[in-house]
Amino acid sequence: MKAAVVVFPGSNCDRDAARALELATGHKPHMIWHADTELPDLDLILLPGGFSYGDYLRTGAMAAHSPVMREVVARAAKGVRVLGICNGFQILCESGLLPGVLLRNIGLKFVCRSVRLKVENTKTDFTRGFTEGQTVSIPVAHGEGNYFAEPDTIKKIEDNGRVAFRYLDNPNGSMNDIAGFVNEAGNVLGMMPHPERVNEPVHGCTDGAVLFKSLVEAIG
Amino acid sequence: MTMENASVTMSPEIQKLVAEHNMKPEEYGVLLKVLGREPTEAEFGVVAAMWSEHCSYKSTRIWLKTLPTKGPQVLIGPGENAGVIDIGDGQAAVFKMESHNHPSYIEPYQGAATGVGGILRDVFTMGARPIANLNALRFGDVSHPKTRSLIAGVVAGIGGYGNCVGVPTVGGETNFHASYNGNNLVNAMTVGLADANRIFTSQATGVGNAVVYVGSKTGRDGIKGATMASGEFNADAESQRPTVQVGDPFTEKLLIEACLELMQTEAVVAIQDMGAAGLTSSAVEMASKGQLGIELDLDKVPLRETGMSAYEIMLSESQERMLFVLKPGHEQEAEAIFKKWELDYAVIGKLTDTGRIVCLRHGKVEVDIEVDPLVENSPVYDRPHVATPAKPVLDAATFAVPDGETLLTVLKTMLGTPDLCSRRWIWEQYDCHVGHNTAQASGGDAAVVRVDGTQKALAMCIDCTPRYCVADPVMGGKQAVVETYRNICAVGAKPLAVTDNMNFGNPEKPEIMGQFVGACEGMKEACIAIDYPIVSGNCSLYNETNGQPILPVPAIGGVGLMPDVAKAMTIAFKGEGETIFVLGESKGHIGQSLYLREIFGKEEGAPPPVNLTAERRHGKFVRELIQQGGLITACHDVSDGGLLIAVAEMAMVGDVGCKLEAPATDAGFWYGEDQARYVVTTRDPDAFIAKAEAAGIPCLILGLTGGDKIQMGGEAVELNWIREIHESWLPDYMEG
Repeated sequence: MKAAVVVFPGSNCDRDAARALELATGHKPHMIWHADTELPDLDLILLPGGFSYGDYLRTGAMAAHSPVMREVVARAAKGVRVLGICNGFQILCESGLLPGVLLRNIGLKFVCRSVRLKVENTKTDFTRGFTEGQTVSIPVAHGEGNYFAEPDTIKKIEDNGRVAFRYLDNPNGSMNDIAGFVNEAGNVLGMMPHPERVNEPVHGCTDGAVLFKSLVEAIG
Repeated sequence: MTMENASVTMSPEIQKLVAEHNMKPEEYGVLLKVLGREPTEAEFGVVAAMWSEHCSYKSTRIWLKTLPTKGPQVLIGPGENAGVIDIGDGQAAVFKMESHNHPSYIEPYQGAATGVGGILRDVFTMGARPIANLNALRFGDVSHPKTRSLIAGVVAGIGGYGNCVGVPTVGGETNFHASYNGNNLVNAMTVGLADANRIFTSQATGVGNAVVYVGSKTGRDGIKGATMASGEFNADAESQRPTVQVGDPFTEKLLIEACLELMQTEAVVAIQDMGAAGLTSSAVEMASKGQLGIELDLDKVPLRETGMSAYEIMLSESQERMLFVLKPGHEQEAEAIFKKWELDYAVIGKLTDTGRIVCLRHGKVEVDIEVDPLVENSPVYDRPHVATPAKPVLDAATFAVPDGETLLTVLKTMLGTPDLCSRRWIWEQYDCHVGHNTAQASGGDAAVVRVDGTQKALAMCIDCTPRYCVADPVMGGKQAVVETYRNICAVGAKPLAVTDNMNFGNPEKPEIMGQFVGACEGMKEACIAIDYPIVSGNCSLYNETNGQPILPVPAIGGVGLMPDVAKAMTIAFKGEGETIFVLGESKGHIGQSLYLREIFGKEEGAPPPVNLTAERRHGKFVRELIQQGGLITACHDVSDGGLLIAVAEMAMVGDVGCKLEAPATDAGFWYGEDQARYVVTTRDPDAFIAKAEAAGIPCLILGLTGGDKIQMGGEAVELNWIREIHESWLPDYMEG
């Protein structure tokens, strides 16, 4: 699997994501600077967590207009897998790769805690290693993770079974307890929880490693 | 420099300036002597800032010099931006703690946020990547009308900054006491990781080398911050809000990456962040360390506002700024890196051989002062000090569990008090995982963070018990040191060194100075006895409002090392049927205990005595057993609240109950706060007893783990019930 992590000014989970990809694939991913306009041949593009552009204007709003994002959008249209974690999810919504927005948490506070998730869809390249209905624990750490979309959009997501992960104890007020979902084509996943943070024994839990292994199995 | 014969007659205008800058009239006299003429406005500001208590440590320097700072593990001790210790394999841990008390009271969010920003810069200035933040917070009484909003603002500020820069906040402590009603304390600590042979300092070398400014533009925020922080508060503290800086963690994040990238090249001669007293102190420090002069053209400084005077530029405490001295010929390489990270970059001056700091504004010399009297030869005071009178040792028998109560009903009460309730409401606002190396964060004895790319880990914590310190500063100083030592041993690491953050009242009062001197004495004795040198530190004095001093806080931040992160121990009970031991002697010391305060409403008596030999022996025993693996299954140091609180915390975290059958049933045994104790569990009690006996350490069986209750003497409390009490107090309080 040829993978890349995009680094925006203010990304801060880029190294963590790279480490998770390296453990899963056995080699270091490309690190792509946000100002780059060309991408190498890739199977997976990961938009990491952090505070791109300091969350100024709106979370993810400025990063969505970074030069590299034009190419990310083009690759996504060609079927390259794109994984947005936390701020990466926010950027996916702002760039139109996924519908909806992420609002301030319902408690108006930053929330860092391990949350239990139900794995809803195991047919995606990101989730095929899980069992359907399985409960996993993956931490969240965000101030704006409250997923919101028009009722029609939510209905489409639900009707097509595109919810990948659903909160069992919703930490932020997201509609339908949505923690992560895929686009219509199934090659773009946005999720607020951080799988790269429960990826090694030292983290006390390895539920997140299943996601990266799923990608390697799907892509080869 | 002494203050004798420096009296001077001053015009009313000068008197006003001197008072506004918290300068003493006799210090102004010294200034006149140094200059041989009247100072310009900018010179006045530069000198007042450099001679402020905050920058000069003029009241504390002679005592700080007595502290033990050396050891085979120490690579760089106090005097640089942060301390540096050897952690093997060519790697170094770089750490320091610093206060941001006054700003955090005036403007809690920005005050706390910029406190985090400042301590981060101290660490990455040395060439280290910050890998963990911790904080120690003291707030006023919970019934005080401001306490709630101060907690909310400070916690949000710490989180807002630390979360954005991507450094995990992994631990700390929080206390409440009415003495902090008008003066809360915010102490922030950062631990970083560097290659031992690539440590950078502020020592400027090379006459003619370029002095380069990078980072944010300079504005009018934070002017006079250092002198503000060197005075007491009065009723209108809030009118000082303009002296508080405004932080931008996004720029700090860029600055971290840009500085660390530049440090990978050969371009850097010296680096110094602009913290308190801004450009003034960074330029003066660099010149002083290099025994050189420095010339700055203030017209070249990137400015955020128009019409700024030399005084304002020199005294601005705008955040996220750095000063570099570069090797000749490397300017373009440096500029390219800062451009990539979209940071301002400007050559603003050069090093000279004059030994003077000279600043030009609009072509006019606005500052021309010898560097030496600003730093190395700045005023020093040997202030009068009186020792705190000894308090009586209280008899625990006098404070038996009140009629109608039992040990377990008291437990329920205590777990729902401000000082013993869960701090989850606080720590869940901090990102504790970013960096992918956190093995253990808040909620245990010490945080454990893996050293990236290795199996090693650093353990770290901050401790101090202010009620002990006010009752007996010497013992309180010792206790703060040994509590960090215990907490680090309890996770299985070897304690290596500490940073201190001395928070006291007005040093011009002999009894307050006596507290400071006493705390130093206690810290010194403890650090020597347990090979635990002090490698960095910070003092915050004048923590008084309307003449009321705080309970003194010599906060200690400890750092330890463990070879194998997989062996890191937690406090959680692990399973059923394990034997619970208390290691160390329980004599029932009730004076200054939380039991005495919360149940009897008394803050009385001598604090528990500290036995340094026992601390050393017990700590070594515990951490070696943990690193050998297998025998100990959980470990928790006994501190605030005593033995029963420690046991209850282990049960709640592990979600495993226990049946307690210790021979003693008195309050002194279960709620006394004797030191040098750990609660441990094991599946092999005989082997544990044999090892403890061989090491000459007293141990006593408290009971067995199991069930979903804490049982004692035919009585029981459900874990779920006490957990609810423990967890709900703070969120309920914050919802008001």
